Amino acid sequence: MPPNSELRNPLREQHYFKLRLVAAGLVVLVCFGILAARFFYLQWVRYEHYQTLAENNRISLVPIVPNRGLILDRNGVVLAHNFFVYTLEITPSRVKNLEETINALKELVEVSPSDLKRFKRLRDESHNFESVPLRSHLSDEEAARFAVNRYRFPGVEIRSRLFRHYPQGTSSSHLVGYIGRINDADQNGLEKSGDLSNYKGTDHIGKAGLEQYYEHQLHGVTGFQQVEVDADGHAVRVLSSTAPVPGDNLVLSIDSKLQTIAEQAFGERRGAMVALDPASGEVLAYVSRPGFDPNLFVDGIDPENWKALNESLDKPLINRPLRGTYPPGSTFKPFVAMAGLAAGEREPPFSISDPGFYMLPGSSHQYRDWKPGGHGRVDIQHAITVSCDTFFYGLARDLGIERLAGFVSHFGFGKKTGIDMDGELSGLLPTPQWKSKRWKQPWYPGETLITGIGQGYTLVTPMQLAQATAVLANNGVAMKPRLVSTIQKDMGGTGQPIEPQTLDRVQLKPEHVELVKQGMMDVTRPGGTAASVGAGAPYDIAAKTGTAQVVGIKQGQKYNEHAIDERHRDHALFIAYAPAEAPRIALAVIVENGGHGGSAAGPIARQVMDYYLLGKEPPPPDIPKAAASEAAQTQTEPEPHD
Amino acid sequence: MISLSLKRLTVHFDQFLLVVLTLTLLVALFILYSASGQSMERMTAQAVNILVALAVLWVFANIPPHHLQRAALPLYVLGILLLVGVLLFGDVSKGARRWLNLGVMRIQPSELMKIATPMMLAWYFAKREATLRFSDHIVGALMLALPVGLIVKQPDLGTALLIGASGFYVLFLAGLSWRLLVGLSVAAGAMIPLVWPLLHDYQRRRVEILFDPSQDPLGAGYHTIQATIALGSGGLAGKGWLNGTQSQLDFLPERHTDFIFAVFGEEFGLVGNLLLLLLFSSIIARGLVIAANAQTMFTRLLAGSITLTFFTYAFVNMGMVSGILPVVGVPLPLISYGGTSLVTLMIGFGILMSIQTHKKLVTS
Repeated sequence: MPPNSELRNPLREQHYFKLRLVAAGLVVLVCFGILAARFFYLQWVRYEHYQTLAENNRISLVPIVPNRGLILDRNGVVLAHNFFVYTLEITPSRVKNLEETINALKELVEVSPSDLKRFKRLRDESHNFESVPLRSHLSDEEAARFAVNRYRFPGVEIRSRLFRHYPQGTSSSHLVGYIGRINDADQNGLEKSGDLSNYKGTDHIGKAGLEQYYEHQLHGVTGFQQVEVDADGHAVRVLSSTAPVPGDNLVLSIDSKLQTIAEQAFGERRGAMVALDPASGEVLAYVSRPGFDPNLFVDGIDPENWKALNESLDKPLINRPLRGTYPPGSTFKPFVAMAGLAAGEREPPFSISDPGFYMLPGSSHQYRDWKPGGHGRVDIQHAITVSCDTFFYGLARDLGIERLAGFVSHFGFGKKTGIDMDGELSGLLPTPQWKSKRWKQPWYPGETLITGIGQGYTLVTPMQLAQATAVLANNGVAMKPRLVSTIQKDMGGTGQPIEPQTLDRVQLKPEHVELVKQGMMDVTRPGGTAASVGAGAPYDIAAKTGTAQVVGIKQGQKYNEHAIDERHRDHALFIAYAPAEAPRIALAVIVENGGHGGSAAGPIARQVMDYYLLGKEPPPPDIPKAAASEAAQTQTEPEPHD
Repeated sequence: MISLSLKRLTVHFDQFLLVVLTLTLLVALFILYSASGQSMERMTAQAVNILVALAVLWVFANIPPHHLQRAALPLYVLGILLLVGVLLFGDVSKGARRWLNLGVMRIQPSELMKIATPMMLAWYFAKREATLRFSDHIVGALMLALPVGLIVKQPDLGTALLIGASGFYVLFLAGLSWRLLVGLSVAAGAMIPLVWPLLHDYQRRRVEILFDPSQDPLGAGYHTIQATIALGSGGLAGKGWLNGTQSQLDFLPERHTDFIFAVFGEEFGLVGNLLLLLLFSSIIARGLVIAANAQTMFTRLLAGSITLTFFTYAFVNMGMVSGILPVVGVPLPLISYGGTSLVTLMIGFGILMSIQTHKKLVTS
């Protein structure tokens, strides 16, 4: 730059400017020189190479979509598979007049208004040179009729595409999930992960459940075919092809028969059940009621069905085992008992005499036991068996909320279990820090008491409750829960079993575990809160019942009084493992608005355990449920209502 | 009489520039006919575009430069306001927000900024001519960064790049220090190994594909690979008009817009490509001469910037089609199909002609 001076010399300025122009001109020359050299290289030096390529390049590269992996249960029962259907597809750029073409096509195949709507939407979403389906599921007759007339329709083709089907229907909805058409959000996700080119030709992607979580394994690697094409773009000859690598099959640890038995036991009731193998973390049954038919979603759900599912009071779309959160009620007590014993509180021969209520020192407020008049003399083991609230109020107070929450979190409360499915909620294990952050309020001593009996802020998912039960059954060793046990390569060829993974080892003394377990075994024996559940079982069941109060219903909803009453009822909870001395199955059952844990949720658990341990199938479901459960109720002692 | 009024009408045309431009536009019509799959419709549409653009060229050739100088600031401010409007209320098309719907018509404010930005910077440096110092370059850079940033957000990287270049040329011609230029380039180069490890895997992969398209033959690399095959197979003399196999079949996407040069290179070969380079070079040479002879700071800077921006257009497009530059959405100037960018280019050439011809009137 010229030195700064107030008055500048215009001539000198212009001279500098011209120098700059010359410099710029030189850059232009160099750049154009590079281009010329590049043209020379491409069009002279490498001419023959590119000429050969161009010859071959009457070739178009056609993606070959890999077969999506199957999903099977532990016994090989198919939960998701593929079948071929004919689709009628149009490539808009090759069609002169789209409207005329579609009208002419209507004379050959049936095209409904909703087909047209979907076609318009898909067309807007895709490029002009991409083939867009107008109709799917053509009948053989329709396909043949079009084939004869194909010459009249340049740019229209019949393709055979793979469709996904879920033979188990409603029963697999939340577990298997479903696939749906790739939308903009999916597209962005694929672009981010760098998988976009592997999805050339793929229209569907996993949207929920295992289909979503294992999308990468299920999809496979897209292959390519080099096809010689004529001027219309029709394939004339296949020149070479790279075979696609089919997606991996998923073999689940789920026993779909067990699953069905549990679902039938639920009947029309809402709720969830998760059953685990405590030693390995394998999920044996994963039930969310009500379910829905995942097949509805595969090719885009129609608005009517969507509305019905989305607005149903029963909320069938909620994946309850992972996303339903409930107060654990008394099913929380065994874990509170473990916390107490580990902290050196309430070790036998400690016992209390229960007057039927608990009072904090210096307060006259009575925290009531569910049983008026109390349970008499109870030690920690018996407190579990009879679900004595008074005992646990005192224990919770002496432990304090921090120690209580800190210890039971080792059983998985308040955090995700890490199961192989997306969308898991972590529930809530309240602490004073949490309360002051969330509600800007101090923690009150009374809140510690009700936390001790599983009420208050505490929320658990059915998955967490099953996992905590499994950890207890497994003497404190927490295995990572998982739905998929083997990922099979090459369409069912060699499979790589997934090794069980230890998550955590809770430090528990064997004699403490024994106390709690004995208390839980007595629950299903005469005198326990679920004596009917254990009646006649040839194996020992350790269990705990629970009842969770329903806060209320949403205002302003219209449904009849009967429904309101029904939805006002308490949630019934039940956790169990069996055989008690060498557990092979641990489970948690929640029946929404079911009433009492022992009578509503317990029988479901018993049927599941009977089938899993004995191979015993329940009587056919046409025996009226009400009668059966009434019969069960008459046998039992008064229901705990804690 | 007739010849006299004709003379009055054409007095502000620069003959050399007009001849070369017309020649290039004729070539464009021919190649478009081939690239559009011999669509008469499309060719007619572009012929109309060309006529409109030539009319616009004439109008701007007749506007004296000092009027432009006065309009620079208001145009720039208007452009910025419209760009902000696009960001807030713009219509989305193909994933980008570029258009503003004014009820009666839809406009693309980034096109306006292609002219308004270099005008604004030239105006500013002309105003500060007597006391130009380093800080003025910083102010200039900020004036440039504003529209470029707004356009990057749309996102329209191609246009942002061109506007960035047009402003940079003004800064450069106004005397941006060489030392600073070299220093900045070295610093930018040194940053790469520092930033690289911080990127996500997918980000790195995108950059890799940008520079080596063969890594993703079905995705982003597809255009470049097909275009290189088209060019290379053209050979010395080309396959002849309408005979390009690559171009006539469906292998070349966007072959009448951003990738039209591949069609040209396939059908007219190396000879054709060099002739096209020659045409472009003549236009650029003429523009640089006009800039060198311009009398005021404003006209000098503006003429230089317009010319060099035209060069950037051509270089980036031909570079990306022949596979030496990453693919960004920049059309081949004067040749690619499309009315909007053609009109903008012709406004630029109209201004060049105005600068050249009005000067003569003043001095003689």
